[in-house]
Amino acid sequence: MTWLQTSASLIYLISAVCYVIGVHMMRSPKTARRGNILSGIGMALAVIMIMVELIDQGKITLTGWIVLFAGLLIGIVYGVVKARKVPMTDVPQLVSLFNAVGGGAAATIGIFDYTHEALGTSLSLAFSIPVLLDIVIGGITFSGSLIATGKLSGHVSGKPISFPGDKLLNGIAVLAIIVAAVWMIGFPSAYWPLVLSLVASLVFGLLMTMPIGGADMPVVVSLLNAFTGLAVAFAGFVIDNQVLIIAGALVGAAGTILTLQMAEAMNRSVANILAGGFGGGESTGSGAGTEVPTNVKETSADDVGLQLAYAHNVMIVPGYGLAAAQAQHEVAELAKLLTDAGINVNYAIHPVAGRMPGHMNVLLADVNVPYDQMKQLDEANSMFENTDVSLVIGANDVTNPLARESGNAISGMPILDVDKSKSVVVIKRSMSTGYAGVQNPLFSEDQTSMLFDDAKKALQDIIASTKQYLD
Amino acid sequence: MSQELYTNLAIFVLSLLVGFEVMSKIPATLQTPMMSGANAIHGVVVVGAFAIAAEANNWYFYLLAFLAAFFSAVNVSGGYTVTDRMLGMFNRPKDKPADSKKEGDQ
Repeated sequence: MTWLQTSASLIYLISAVCYVIGVHMMRSPKTARRGNILSGIGMALAVIMIMVELIDQGKITLTGWIVLFAGLLIGIVYGVVKARKVPMTDVPQLVSLFNAVGGGAAATIGIFDYTHEALGTSLSLAFSIPVLLDIVIGGITFSGSLIATGKLSGHVSGKPISFPGDKLLNGIAVLAIIVAAVWMIGFPSAYWPLVLSLVASLVFGLLMTMPIGGADMPVVVSLLNAFTGLAVAFAGFVIDNQVLIIAGALVGAAGTILTLQMAEAMNRSVANILAGGFGGGESTGSGAGTEVPTNVKETSADDVGLQLAYAHNVMIVPGYGLAAAQAQHEVAELAKLLTDAGINVNYAIHPVAGRMPGHMNVLLADVNVPYDQMKQLDEANSMFENTDVSLVIGANDVTNPLARESGNAISGMPILDVDKSKSVVVIKRSMSTGYAGVQNPLFSEDQTSMLFDDAKKALQDIIASTKQYLD
Repeated sequence: MSQELYTNLAIFVLSLLVGFEVMSKIPATLQTPMMSGANAIHGVVVVGAFAIAAEANNWYFYLLAFLAAFFSAVNVSGGYTVTDRMLGMFNRPKDKPADSKKEGDQ
């Protein structure tokens, strides 16, 4: 080993240590930000080192440098601008987009090395197997994550999409990947197995994501994130770079655990989610939870304003509808109005409220909601008995008392005990069921009244009427 | 099996185990930032983009190197920026001692 090779190996090792400690620190809110910065420092070290190595080797052509830096520059500008400007409601689809390009980069490296090496004669298994895995997994996450991005941003319908023969086509794609694998390993000097494996994995990623409903997307994005980690690790095998292997495997494993935890928080199993077709609006349940609640009381923004103005303790229960309507500013404004009038306001935040686990905390923090007003599940549940008015905004399944009973789609899911508060106001666009497709008996209880409107508009009206009663 | 492959395989397997170990129970609040942070880490693929650019010698390979550089740069720069933005929002309560009283719940 030359002096430079030794220091390069050591720098890569330090960089890998930074990722591991960084991820470890990100588990606690106090150290999370520093953890991310530490992992970023590790990344910077790795990039500087590979640059020094390339300069030292002197193999790279001038065109090579130009092409490399053009790609990097455009990519950095695009990535940073997107990341800085994105509204917090759109973060999930942005993460998915970044994941897609990560998978794309890994696949591209595989394609490069396969075609580069295949110009020679035979390839060892030690090369062809990782290169195949790199291309296939990278291809799947590239197309799969792009569809997930589309579904989250509304460019692709969030409903489960299926068509006659999709299962068959999926089977053909899997078969094609296997054929390509055998071909590539057996006769590695041909281009066609490469094309076949790439096309088949892109199709597979597409077909895998299409039938999954929009609300399950976070779990899918997290799973594809873990996949990209593995693709990057295999790219590391291909170019024989250990920092790629370590970081990729780390993300692959950590991402898998995270995916399982997210699915658990949503009371769904990963296999169940991947089977797709859930939450398409068609009622799949039978027995409990299918009958539409009758005698639902409707209320007006004016009445809600009156209730709030004369309450002592108000609990705001934000849900997916609030995130979708981008009404977080209005919610914060209403809460501030009430707090300033001496009314005690808190937010009950279900772990999976919003578009992703923890997303609601990010949304509310973005509009300066004080951290100590955000109550997590257990704490919030101990407060509902003393709550005068619970204002449920665009949340449904997470408040459904049916979860306490057995025999329906949400049985056993931890819920917010909104029904224990003295009065409940539900802002919702219609009586339609939530994602789980289960009717919510909370809506027909005596203390509940419904305000049918878009969350943003309803809140604006409530703010106006509350002001009037507070004066 | 060559020594090189064995070393890489050992590193791969051990890193997977480290990944499983380091990721115990994550509070729901941090799951989205954690996913985004992990997403940024696989942006290390940018090192691979450098490595292939060094081997490129015709238009086809230059094109692939450009693509890999572009894709990975978006991943790594965007990933860290958006994660930092999200986590920055959780930092505010620190200057308020008021939330120390919330430890007492069950």
